[in-house]
Amino acid sequence: MSDAALLAEASLHDIRDRIRAFELDRREFLRLCSGGLLVCLSGTGVAQESGRARQGHALPQDVSAWLHIDAAGKVTVFTGKVEVGQNIRTSLAQSVAEELRVPFDAISMIMGDTDLTPWDMGTFGSRSTPTMGPQLRTMAVAAREMLVEAAANQWSADPATLTAADGRVTNPKTGASLAYGDLTHGEKLTRTVSGDPPLTPASAWKIAGTAVPKAQGREFVTGKHQYPSDITRPGMLFGKVLRRTGFNATLVSVDASAAEKMPGVQVVRDGDFIGVVADNVWSAEQALAKIQAKWNVPAQISNAELFAALRKQGGSEPASSGGFEQALAGADVKLDQEYTVAYIAHAPLEPRAAVAEWEDGKLTVWTGTQRPFGVKDDLARAFRLSDDHVRVIMPDMGSGYGGKHTGECAVEAARLAKGAGKPVKLIWTREEEFTWAYFRPAGVMAMRGGAKRDGTLVAWQHHNINSGPSGLETPYAVPNPSVRYIEVNDPPLAQGSYRGLASTANHFARECAMDELAHGLNMDPLEFRTKNLTDPRLSAVFTAAAEKFGWGREKSTAQRGFGIAGGTEKGGYVAACAEVEMDAAKKVRIRRVVQAWESGAIVNPDGLRNQIMGAMVQAIGGALFEQVQFSGGQVQNAHFADYRLPRFRDTPQIEVVLIDRRDLPSAGAGETGIVALAPAVGNAIFAATGVRLRGMPMAAGTFSS
Amino acid sequence: MAGILLNVNGSVLRVTAADDEPLLWVLRNRLGLTGTKYGCGEGQCGACTVLIDGRATRSCLTPAAAAVGAQITTIEGLEKSGALTPVQQAFLDEGALQCGYCTSGMILAASALLAEHVAPTDEQLAGAMNGNLCRCGTYPRIVAAIRRASDALVKKGPDYV
Repeated sequence: MSDAALLAEASLHDIRDRIRAFELDRREFLRLCSGGLLVCLSGTGVAQESGRARQGHALPQDVSAWLHIDAAGKVTVFTGKVEVGQNIRTSLAQSVAEELRVPFDAISMIMGDTDLTPWDMGTFGSRSTPTMGPQLRTMAVAAREMLVEAAANQWSADPATLTAADGRVTNPKTGASLAYGDLTHGEKLTRTVSGDPPLTPASAWKIAGTAVPKAQGREFVTGKHQYPSDITRPGMLFGKVLRRTGFNATLVSVDASAAEKMPGVQVVRDGDFIGVVADNVWSAEQALAKIQAKWNVPAQISNAELFAALRKQGGSEPASSGGFEQALAGADVKLDQEYTVAYIAHAPLEPRAAVAEWEDGKLTVWTGTQRPFGVKDDLARAFRLSDDHVRVIMPDMGSGYGGKHTGECAVEAARLAKGAGKPVKLIWTREEEFTWAYFRPAGVMAMRGGAKRDGTLVAWQHHNINSGPSGLETPYAVPNPSVRYIEVNDPPLAQGSYRGLASTANHFARECAMDELAHGLNMDPLEFRTKNLTDPRLSAVFTAAAEKFGWGREKSTAQRGFGIAGGTEKGGYVAACAEVEMDAAKKVRIRRVVQAWESGAIVNPDGLRNQIMGAMVQAIGGALFEQVQFSGGQVQNAHFADYRLPRFRDTPQIEVVLIDRRDLPSAGAGETGIVALAPAVGNAIFAATGVRLRGMPMAAGTFSS
Repeated sequence: MAGILLNVNGSVLRVTAADDEPLLWVLRNRLGLTGTKYGCGEGQCGACTVLIDGRATRSCLTPAAAAVGAQITTIEGLEKSGALTPVQQAFLDEGALQCGYCTSGMILAASALLAEHVAPTDEQLAGAMNGNLCRCGTYPRIVAAIRRASDALVKKGPDYV
C-alpha cells in the first residue's frame, strides 16, 4: 500500500487528527514481567507505517512491538494488530518462532489490548504481513542474539561459535547447552532494538513458510473461544439502544414511562441517546419496544437515484488531456462506457458488540474492532477521559472485512454502563448492523479507451466517482493514461473501509472494459492482455490461471461462458478464470473459478489458501447479488432474508494456484483475492450471452442467480 | 418469569426465564453456554444452531419453554472426555474456519446431517447446510470437512453425538 493510499484509507476515519503518542508506562510493564528478557522494538530502522511525519502529525516514534521471554522459556509477543479471521495470530507467531529458533507452540501472542500492546494504527490495508511481520522478526533476531551473548558470557565463549535452535543455545565444541529460560532466569534483561539486523531468508525458513494450523483452533471447534459478544463481567446488565427511524433523523418527542415501570429495567438517557438496561436481554428488548418516540426524518434519496446523484456531485466530466484525446483518435477500436458499483454491506456474522465496565473512573471496554486504539480515542473523547483511564481489549472477533473500524457500539455500551452503574453488554442486532454501520462506497466509473488493430492499447481513461482510488492505476502499458478519483463531499450513505475497498470496483470496470476492447478487436481476451502487459509478476499469474483452467481449450456457448480477469493490489498479484452456466430463464450460475496468486514469499500456504478462497466466495456476493437498498433514510433490506449473501449452493468449484516467490518480500493477502472474480464472471457472462453487464451486482436485473 | 427444567448436554438444569424467551438467550445469558452464537435472530444464518432431540434447530426462534423435556445439545456438549467428535476433528483437520463465528452452528448442522445420512449426496449436503452462513466464505473447506467426517463415520459407525 502506498503512503498515499494508506493515508486515503486512514482519512476515511479521520485517523490523522487522532494520532497520539503511545504513553504506556514501560516501567510498570517491566514490573509486571517477573524477570526474564524483554526486547522492545524502536520505531526507527525498520520499514513500518509508524514513525513518519504525516500532515503535521508525527506518528508515535516510540515502540512498535515488544517481546518477553520468561524464566520457563515461554515467549510472549505484544502487538497492537488484531486477529479477525485472517489468521495473522498464527502467521506472525510463525515468523517469530522462525527467527527466535523456538517451536511454534512456545509463542503466545497478546494482540490488540491497549494497556498491554504498543500503539497501532489498526489492522487494515493488508499491512500486518509486510510491516508487522518484519518488525516482529527484527525483534526476535535481537532477542536471539542477546541469548547467545548471555550464553557466551557464561561459558567465556565466542558468540559466533554458538548455535541457537529449538529454544536452546548450544556450544557445539563443548556440548554445553542452556534453555532460553535458564539463560534469563532471575535477571531482567532489557534492550531496545532498532536497525535492520539480518533476517533469515525465506529460502531457509523452517517454521515460517509452512502450513501451521490455526493457533488455538481447538477452542473454536469446541465453542470455548470467547468472542467480544461472549464476554461477561460480574453483575453485568444487558443493554439496548433506541434507534432513529431514519438516517439524520432528529428526536421530536419521547415517552419512556412504560419501559421505566418494568421491573428490573432502567432507562438511560443522555441527550438524544436513549437506551435501556436490564439483567437479561429479553427484558431489555421488551422494554425498548415500549418506548414511544417520534422522529423527524429529513427527505433523502433512494438507491434508484444513487448514480445520478453521484454523477451530479462528481461534476461534469473533466476534459481529458490533449494527449489522451489524440491517442484515442488514432485507435482502430474504441470504447466509451460507464460502469457502476452499488453500496454493499460487510455483514460480519458477529455484529458489533461491546462490554463496558467502569471502575474508579477508569473505563474498560471489550469490543470487536480492527482499530482498538482508534476506539480508545473515541471513548476518551466521548467521556473526556485521559489516555490512562481508558482500556480497550479486542478478543479475536467474528470478522470485520474492513467494517469494524469505528467505536459506536463501544461508546454506546460505555454510556449505558455509566448510567446503570454496572457493567453492560451491548450486541447490535442484525438490522442495526445492516443500518448503522457504514458501507462499501458505491461508485460510477467512466471508462474510455482505444486499441490498434494489432491489439496494442493506445489510449486509456478510468475516472472513478466516489468509490475510491485503490486499484485505479492500470497495469497495462499505455502512454498517458487518464486516471482520476473524484471525491464526493456528501455521499448518501455512511461509507468507509472494506476488504479491497475500491479495488474491486476498479478492477471490475478495467478488466471488463479491456474485455470489451478485446472482443472489439476480435482477439482472445488473454492474448490482448498479455500483449499489453509488461509486469512479469502479473503475466505469471495470468499464465498460471489460464494453464490450470485450460483457457482456450473450449469455446464459449450460449449455455456456458468463460471469462478471464486479473490485476495487482497491495503488493499481491491475482488472475482468475471463470466458467458460468446460463439457463433459458437467464439464471446465472458460476460453475468453476481458478485463481492464481502471487504475493512474494508465502508465510503460511494453508492460511493463504483459506484467505484467497474465502475472498473469492465473498466476491460472488458483490459480483452477482449484494446491494444495499435504501429509501427515506432507511435500509430496506436490513435482514439476511432480503440481503442475499453467498451460501453453500452459490459456491462454485474453486481452485487456487499459489506461486511462492521466496526471493521477494511477503505482501499482505487479506484483500486482493477479492478483486478478480467479478470481472472474470462478467466477461464469462458476455462470452455466453453477448450481453455486457456494467453494474455490480450483475444478477439483479435482466439476469438472476 | 418462571422456572423451567432444561436438559442441556446431558444435565438437567433449572433456569428462570420468560415463557417466550428464545432458547438462544437462555443458553448464552442464563446458562453461560456462549458457544451458541447470535447472528441474526431470524433463523436466516444458522449461527445459533443447536440439536434438539438430534435435529438441527435454530435456537433464536425456539422459545426456551418449547424445549422443555427435550434433549438439547450445544457445541459445548460434543466433546467427550477430551475427545472431539469426528465432525469437530474434521473441521480442525481441514482448517474449515477463518473467524470461526459460524463454526458452532456449522458443526451442529453437519452433525445432524450425518446422523441422518452418514454418506450424504451432494444435494443432501447442500440442502442441509444452505441455511448456515459463513461470511468468510469457507464453504468449500466445510464441505471437505463434512466429507472427511463422513468417511470417518462410515468406517467407525455412526455413534458420535
